[in-house]
Amino acid sequence: MNMSENSVSQEDFVEILGGLRQFIREKVMPLEREIAEGDAIPESLRSQAKDLGLFGYAIGQEWGGIGLDPVQEAELAIELGYTSLAFRSMFGTNNGIAGQVISGFGTDSQKETWLEGIASGDIVASFALTETGAGSNPSSMRTKAVTTKSGWSISGEKRYITNAPSADVFITFAKVTDDAGKSAVEVFIVPSNSPGVTVGPHDKKMGQAGAWTADVHFDEVAVTEDALVGGKSGVGYRAAMTSLAKGRITIAALAVGQAQRALDESLSYAAIAKQGDDIIGNFQLVQAMLADQQVGVSSGRSLVLDAARNYASGADTRIGPSVAKLYCTEMVGRVADLAVQIHGGAGYIRDYFVEQIYRDVRLLRLYEGTSEIQRLIIGSNLVKQELASN
Amino acid sequence: MKIVVLVKEVPDTWGERLLDLETGLADRVSSERVIDEIVERGLEFAISFAEQNDGTEVIALSMASEEATGTLRKALAMGADRGVLIVDEALHGADITLTAQVLAAALEHIGFDLIVSGDQSTDGAGGVVPSAVAELLDIPQLPRLATVDLNEKEVTGAHVTDRITLSLSAPLPAMMSVSERFAEPRFPNFKGIMAAKKKPFEVLGIAELGKDISVLDRPRSIMTEIAGKPPRESGVKVIADENSGRDLAEFLKKNQLI
Ligand SMILES: Cc1cc2nc3c(=O)[nH]c(=O)nc-3n(C[C@H](O)[C@H](O)[C@H](O)COP(=O)(O)OP(=O)(O)OC[C@H]3O[C@@H](n4cnc5c(N)ncnc54)[C@H](O)[C@@H]3O)c2cc1C
Ligand SMILES: Cc1cc2nc3c(=O)[nH]c(=O)nc-3n(C[C@H](O)[C@H](O)[C@H](O)COP(=O)(O)OP(=O)(O)OC[C@H]3O[C@@H](n4cnc5c(N)ncnc54)[C@H](O)[C@@H]3O)c2cc1C
Repeated sequence: MNMSENSVSQEDFVEILGGLRQFIREKVMPLEREIAEGDAIPESLRSQAKDLGLFGYAIGQEWGGIGLDPVQEAELAIELGYTSLAFRSMFGTNNGIAGQVISGFGTDSQKETWLEGIASGDIVASFALTETGAGSNPSSMRTKAVTTKSGWSISGEKRYITNAPSADVFITFAKVTDDAGKSAVEVFIVPSNSPGVTVGPHDKKMGQAGAWTADVHFDEVAVTEDALVGGKSGVGYRAAMTSLAKGRITIAALAVGQAQRALDESLSYAAIAKQGDDIIGNFQLVQAMLADQQVGVSSGRSLVLDAARNYASGADTRIGPSVAKLYCTEMVGRVADLAVQIHGGAGYIRDYFVEQIYRDVRLLRLYEGTSEIQRLIIGSNLVKQELASN
Repeated sequence: MKIVVLVKEVPDTWGERLLDLETGLADRVSSERVIDEIVERGLEFAISFAEQNDGTEVIALSMASEEATGTLRKALAMGADRGVLIVDEALHGADITLTAQVLAAALEHIGFDLIVSGDQSTDGAGGVVPSAVAELLDIPQLPRLATVDLNEKEVTGAHVTDRITLSLSAPLPAMMSVSERFAEPRFPNFKGIMAAKKKPFEVLGIAELGKDISVLDRPRSIMTEIAGKPPRESGVKVIADENSGRDLAEFLKKNQLI
C-alpha cells in the first residue's frame, strides 16, 4: 500500500480502530436509548467525537484530518455501524460527499476556506442534491443557478437533506443553462447563513432518531464566483459522482456493522431466554436463523473490504461499490428481520435494540442510490464493459 | 514545569485476572494489559494542565517489564510528551518498598516539580507507593485528591472521603495522588495515536539511574504461599410460597444485608 507522509500506517490504524471500538462500547452504546428517545445526539458526545477526530477521518492530514485510505475507511465504518446509526450520521456528511467534493476537486482557495473547519467539526457540511421528482434521477432537478455581475444567484428547493438544521454550509447542486440553451448540473458551496437560505422543520422519520433531515429552500441566494466547485463548469458534478461511489462502500460497511450488532444481540438473547426448561438457543430452528445471520455478516464483510481494495487500487470504481451497497444493505434488512424473529415478542418492544435496528437499517436501501439504482448501475456497466471488449 | 506521572501497567479490571500459581506473579498472557484506570485520571489532569500552560512537560514513568512499552505509549497517545520505562531483571517480583525505591531513583534522575500518581492500584491495591516515594524524596504529599489546583508555586486539592472533605496544599516540588472520584480521562484521539510513535521513549535499567540501589540484596517481603480462590458455593434458593417473604428476610438478616 502507498505509504506517503500523509497516510496512516497499518500499525497506527490498528490502534485507531481499537480506540474507536472502545469509545463506541464505553461512550456511545450506553447513550443509545437517550439518543433515540431524545431524538438528538447529546452535546457532550458530539464534543468527544470531535476531539477523537471523527469529523475528519476521511479528510487529508494537510487539512487537519486523519486521511484514512478507502480500505481503512471501510473498516472504520464497520465499527461505526455497531451502534446507533444516528451517531455516524452526525459526521457522515463532513467525511462523505460534502467533504470529499471540496477536498478532491475544490480550488486551493475553496480548500483553504472550508476544509480545516470541516475536518475538525467546527463546520458542519451538508450535501443538497435531492428534490421532489429528482432523487434517483438528479438530472431532472429544478434548482437553478444564473450568473450575476458578481457571481451566481441560486433558487430552488431541496428535500430530505441530512444535517441541514445544523449545517454551516450546503454543497448544493443546481442547473446552469448556457447561452446556447444547453444545461448542465453544477455544484456550489453555499454558506447556510447566506440571505435567502431557509431550512424547514426537521422531518419525522421512521428511524435513525437523533439524525435530522429537512427541506432547504434557496430563494435567489447570491454567492460569489468562487462558490462554483473546482472553479470551472463540469468539475463539481463529476466530483459528486465519484464521491458517491465511495460513499456506497461506506453505507455497505455500516450495514455490515449493524448486521454484526443484530447477530450479537440475537445471540446473547438466545443464550438466556427460555421456553420451558430450554434456552431458545438450543432450538435448531433458532440456530438456523443465527446461522443465516452469520452467513450474511461474513459474506458482507468480505464483499465490502474487497470492494474497498478495488476502489483504492482503481481496479473497479463503479460496479464494486454498487455491488457492495446493494448486497450489504439488503442483507442487513434480512438479518435485522431475523433478529426480531429470534427475540419473539420482545423484538417488537423498544426496550430491545433490535427493534431499533429493524427501523434504522431500512434507510440504507434508499439513500445514496436505491437498490434499484444500484442494479441499474451494475447492469449497465456490465453490458458497457462487454460491448467495449468486443 | 515538569510533571511526572507514575503509570502502572495492570491487567484489565474488566477482563479475567489470573495469578500464575507457580510464581505468584500476574499471568500476563491471560489478561489484557492496560494503564491503571485511576492513573489515567492522573494523566488527564497533567495533560490538560499542560494544554493550558505553555512550557509544561508531562513525562510518563513506569517500572514494568519490557512488554509494557505498548501500554505506556497510550499515555503518550493521550498527550504525555515522553515516556520512561524502568526495566531490569533484578526487579522481577519487586515488592512495594523496592518499587518505591526504584521509582524515587528514577524521579531524581528525570527531575520533577510535581509527581502525580494513582492513590491505589487496581491489582496490587497496596496504596503505599506514593507515600513511600514522597518519603524517600523528602517531599510533601497530597493523597487521594478528587480535585486539584496547580500553579508555579504550589498544588492545592480536595481530599474527599464519604464523610469529610479536606482542603490540602503543599509547595512544589510535591507528590499528589488522585482517587477514582477524579475527573474522567480522555480517550486518546486519532492524531494522538499517530503522534505517540514519534515521541521520545527511553527504556532504562537500574544501573542507568545513577543511584546505588544496593538495597536490592536486603531481605524483603516475599510471598511464601499462594492459593486460588475457592470455587463459589451454590447459593440459597428461596422458593416462592407462603413462607418465602419471611425466608428471604431471614436470609438477608443472617447475612447482615439488612
Ligand atoms: C433519511 C434520509 C436522508 C437523506 N439524506 C440526503 C442528503 O443528505 N442529501 C441528499 O441530497 N439527499 C438525501 N436523501 C434523499 C435520498 O438520497 C433519496 O430519497 C433517494 O435517492 C431516493 O430518491 P427519491 O426519494 O426521489 O425516490 P424516487 O427516486 O422517486 O424512488 C421511488 C422508487 O422508484 C424507483 N426508481 C426511481 N427511478 C428508477 C428507475 N430509473 N428505474 C427503476 N426504478 C426507479 C426507486 O428505486 C424507488 O423504489 C435522504 C433521504 C432520506 C430518507
Ligand atoms: C501478582 C503480584 C505478586 C506480587 N508479589 C509480591 C511479593 O512477593 N512481595 C511483595 O511485597 N509485594 C508483591 N506484590 C505487590 C507488588 O509488588 C505491588 O503491586 C507493587 O510494588 C506496587 O504496589 P501497589 O500496586 O500496591 O501500588 P499502590 O501503592 O497501590 O499504587 C499507587 C500508585 O503508585 C504508582 N505505582 C505503583 N506501582 C508502580 C509502578 N510499577 N510503576 C509506576 N508507578 C507505579 C501508580 O501511580 C499507582 O496508581 C505483588 C503484586 C502482584 C500483583
